[in-house]
Amino acid sequence: MYDATLAETVYFAGNNGDQIEGYLARPLDPTPRGGVVVIHHFPGYDRETKEHVRRFAAMGYNALCPNLYTRVAPGASAEDQAAAARAQGGSPDPQVVGDVAGARTYLQALSNSNGKIGVIGHCSGGRHTFLMSLELPIDAAVVCYGGLIVGETPPQMPTMVPLVDRAGEVKSPILGLFGNDDKFPTPEQVDIIDKALTNEGKEHEFHRYDGAGHAFFSVDRPAYRVEAAVDGWQRISEFYGRHLAG
Amino acid sequence: MCTYITDTFEVSGSAKGPDGWIRVTDASVYFDHPQHAFADHTLNIDLRRPADGPAARVAIELTAESARALATSILAILDQVPEGLVTA
Repeated sequence: MYDATLAETVYFAGNNGDQIEGYLARPLDPTPRGGVVVIHHFPGYDRETKEHVRRFAAMGYNALCPNLYTRVAPGASAEDQAAAARAQGGSPDPQVVGDVAGARTYLQALSNSNGKIGVIGHCSGGRHTFLMSLELPIDAAVVCYGGLIVGETPPQMPTMVPLVDRAGEVKSPILGLFGNDDKFPTPEQVDIIDKALTNEGKEHEFHRYDGAGHAFFSVDRPAYRVEAAVDGWQRISEFYGRHLAG
Repeated sequence: MCTYITDTFEVSGSAKGPDGWIRVTDASVYFDHPQHAFADHTLNIDLRRPADGPAARVAIELTAESARALATSILAILDQVPEGLVTA
């Protein structure tokens, strides 16, 4: 089996045609395969998110993480971009949708794309992933402990509205991975999301881990929980295996 | 979680980073995942000079306990300043 992969920074058209930076990892094998858009969390386009991009390539997918803060401070370090973006109130939802749509188009244009697209995000990226399942024609969405899908809009981020009331608009199967010790979202909030999707007849599967809280996939933080993370990665592999094949 | 709890305001003073001093004009204070500190969440402060670009900042990430100790110390010190030296 030919298993070479290439990982590099690329540029593509995001929202409004703006030039967006992204981190791409892709197998060089020409066999057609699905693509995965990885949405970074609020603290930015960081090393661990890029690790996830490379992991998806190792799993056989073309993967791309758009830097949602490209516009804020072009050329600055990712950490400085995140600080500048926060001072400006973050990225509005419609802009994130446009940037992820651009990443989707980029992945679908790769010569070894089969046209299928999955999206994944953790924390605020989990909320953004739920948003993408409402707004974009994607094939599979993986929501990892997405906060503020249910809840109150933070006063500093008036555009960050709850999404659960739009469950009827969901266009893709959703895999949800949550820790039962999490406070954002709480298990009760996860129940609300689960019930809303069930009531709307939307295909979804939620896995909820005891002994794990928020950010249990984060290998470089105290929140890391190896059993939940290992099982979670297995669920992701199976879910994308079902929905991005072909 | 990625909290969106952020306070931004203007400041006047200087801060020193590895490349020397910068005159800071803006501050962001927030509680979120740190970039570097070994904690799940920290109280983060960016002392910034946006006019000189996004890299013109000094960043601090403290545990909540440390941040409270710092804030308490700052207020205690200011309260001890002899009358007439500060107006705020």
